[in-house]
Amino acid sequence: MGTPFALTPARLLLLAALILCGVVAPLLAPAYQSQATQLLLFIVFALAWDLVGGQMGYNSFGNVLFVGLGMYVAAIVQVGLFYDVGLYTEAKGGGTEFVFDVNQFLTGLALGLPAAAVASASVAWLLGSLVLSMRGHYFAICTLGLGIAAGQVAAGIPWIGAGSGMLTPNPPAGLGDVGLLLYYLALGLAVACTLTFAWLLSSRFGLALNAIRDDEDKAEAMGLKTHAAKVTAWVIAAAFLGVAGAIYGNLVRFIDPTETAFAGPTIGVWMILMALLGGKGTLLGPIVGAVVFQITKELFWTYLLGWQRVALGLLIVAVAVFFPSGIVGFVRDRLSGRGGDSEESVPAKEKSA
Amino acid sequence: MTAMLELVEITKSFDGIRANDKVSLRVEPGSIVGLIGPNGSGKTTLFNAITGVFPIDSGSIRFKGSEISKLLAGEIARAGIIRTFQQPRVYPHMSVAANMLVSSAIRRASFASLFRRAPPEADEKLSELLDFVGLARRRDLLAGELSFGQQKLLELAMALVNDPELLLLDEPTAGINPVLIASLIDRLKAANRERGLTLLVIEHNMPAIMELAEHIYCLAHGRLLADGPPHTIKRDTKVLDAYLGAA
Amino acid sequence: MIANLLILFEAPALGLQLLIDGILIGAVFALAAYGMALVWGVTNIVNVCQGEFVMLGGFVAVLCIEQGVPPLLAVAIAAAALYALGWGLFQTVIVHLIGRDMFNSVLATFGIAIILQQLMARTLGAADRIAESGLGSWFFFDGLVGVAKVKVLVFAACIALGTALAFFLARSRQGQAIRATAQEPIAAAALGIETRKVYGLTYALNAAICGAAGALASMAYTIHPYSGLSYTIRSFMIVVVAGLGNLAGVIWAALGLGIAESFAGFLFGPQYQIAFVFALLVAVLVFRNWRLKAQRRYLK
Repeated sequence: MGTPFALTPARLLLLAALILCGVVAPLLAPAYQSQATQLLLFIVFALAWDLVGGQMGYNSFGNVLFVGLGMYVAAIVQVGLFYDVGLYTEAKGGGTEFVFDVNQFLTGLALGLPAAAVASASVAWLLGSLVLSMRGHYFAICTLGLGIAAGQVAAGIPWIGAGSGMLTPNPPAGLGDVGLLLYYLALGLAVACTLTFAWLLSSRFGLALNAIRDDEDKAEAMGLKTHAAKVTAWVIAAAFLGVAGAIYGNLVRFIDPTETAFAGPTIGVWMILMALLGGKGTLLGPIVGAVVFQITKELFWTYLLGWQRVALGLLIVAVAVFFPSGIVGFVRDRLSGRGGDSEESVPAKEKSA
Repeated sequence: MTAMLELVEITKSFDGIRANDKVSLRVEPGSIVGLIGPNGSGKTTLFNAITGVFPIDSGSIRFKGSEISKLLAGEIARAGIIRTFQQPRVYPHMSVAANMLVSSAIRRASFASLFRRAPPEADEKLSELLDFVGLARRRDLLAGELSFGQQKLLELAMALVNDPELLLLDEPTAGINPVLIASLIDRLKAANRERGLTLLVIEHNMPAIMELAEHIYCLAHGRLLADGPPHTIKRDTKVLDAYLGAA
Repeated sequence: MIANLLILFEAPALGLQLLIDGILIGAVFALAAYGMALVWGVTNIVNVCQGEFVMLGGFVAVLCIEQGVPPLLAVAIAAAALYALGWGLFQTVIVHLIGRDMFNSVLATFGIAIILQQLMARTLGAADRIAESGLGSWFFFDGLVGVAKVKVLVFAACIALGTALAFFLARSRQGQAIRATAQEPIAAAALGIETRKVYGLTYALNAAICGAAGALASMAYTIHPYSGLSYTIRSFMIVVVAGLGNLAGVIWAALGLGIAESFAGFLFGPQYQIAFVFALLVAVLVFRNWRLKAQRRYLK
């Protein structure tokens, strides 16, 4: 958080070890494959949120906009290349009429994922100027609004299934384990995301983002091109969110405009929670947070069924109150002998400005 | 020759109080100009007007001949004017080294250069400046944990490493160890001499500003009271009266 | 939407109906928003469970009235119950958030919102509830415009409560302590005001205000456990548009929002209502930011 992040040999080794684990994991524990895929996607969600939130200080409540956008765009491309999307959604997307063979399915994915990235990045770029000129809670509420509004708008478009949502293409029988394919796609994305962000954060661009977070007016007064930096971070995060959303859509198969795609109160908040739980403003934090969160969530859903959301609420409160600098921050503070968290080294009155 | 900075009849009021009342001044390229005056005379307000913190009510501000009074703060900084603040502003959650790194010569560099590694000369200059302000051993500390004086020095180092054309310093010696002030003045003079860095300095420390500046403007109650070389200003009765409260 | 717009032109009485309905509910929004502004201004905390407080107040009132408790007493009970809840939450959670950055408090209060919402849903069920008053309506323009009497009563009650609140803040000792702390916490503490107690009082007071607002609302409008979020968002929008410390602005913005929602619901259909209102908010913020940019400033 303080020093420029550097990809030391030790860190590279750790990363290589993790990647190796990731590659063999589905072979060792196939039962948890889809949860693991979800975890990898959550890692991307958390990292992407943290780039704009923890690193740059623009806490967005509406990143779910790009997740949902990616989900829908990929599904539209995957279906639209071969069939009329409107007819597909009318027929509730399934059944024997709309069959995708192996080639079509794979082509759909191969084109759908990049399309999701491009669509999300483009929308982010268009919205960027509007939304990124706001600060603090104005930005937060604007993005929250965008996320919610997107869900409502999507629910009103019959072409993509309106409120009933749409299904991603049925995986063809001859493909084998689609789950495995999605897992490796998610793994690839998570690794790409981590490496990209590691590079960004080790460069002066990363420092620029931190400077914007710490004192945007000072950064402007020092000649930093803050607008360009903000939009760049926002667009990069959006692109990753879009692709992650696309894979997620194929994982859950059924894309619903308010519960799945633009699910503000769930995915939208979870990505923030994961970054905070792990430690915002660090590279490791969101990753750790995603892992801890996913495990905790699965435990809650399995053992506390009925009360899992209450438990989740308690977790959120506990994290916000007792671990404001997250697990990573907590560990770092202990190791470096600092008491308390460095959040409080700057007086509160300054922060509200 | 075109002035580096030219203020013509700058007027700025806040809630009916005239903080700046038709203030005019000139800063020639390569010179060191001082700005003095009792508290509340409008010195920092003038700095804020120049650097684009708020719009002025009337008047004109020209930097190297171009009007800048309608530009945004970032544009003014990128044009070549960098300033420090009375209460030092650094990036509190970043390390000292990071603070310096993110400030180094960015204003002229392209946006894309943020993604490339800085050249080794830049690193040297950075280390050398940190050495000079005595923060080299603290380079990994968070800037927010430094003392007031240390933060002021860091802010100055950040401004210098940014390689401005015109540097506005707001009370650079306030809170600094007196032993360091002499070498600070030498450093500023050297930067001015060797690299043509133009300086406009607000100061309350009379010996320091008399030593540093070639030309001094004195403000009182928002108006320009007197200006001239240090030895004249020192003896100007109006200036003495203003400081002793008689005016 | 065009079809609905044409209907409005052809039947202006409908427009009047929407206008009146918007104003009447606007008072409830104003009360909830004022409470949020109070907490925000004094403690610098954005209370994201504001809507849940309102809903809880409503449910308390519904349950009381179902048991035969007279409506005014039900409102008082709701306010008292929420005051206790607010005080309890402050002592356990909120007190730790004072002085931290705002985003921290947003997340924590969001967590509380989820807890309250889920507890309500599980214990009271997710169905719509309302405290039937059976009061009927006045009709104007040959029955084209109907004004529910209970809605007018609720409106009047909100005004009364708001006025009482303003008086309390201006005249009473605690009220003055609250205002002093909001303006200069350090100076207030130096003068012997126990800022922590003031923060607690403010937070509990806000909860009570929400409880009363919710209780009143439940008599005229249906409520259910999941509508808390929309109240929170409305309060936030109103406070942001009006600016902190601007009571008159809160009233105008709240009434404006009520009217805008009323028309939007009719023109765009209920499913786009919130989307429209958000678009409106974004537009207002962007416009104000743009205007401030001309003065080299931005929205704080």
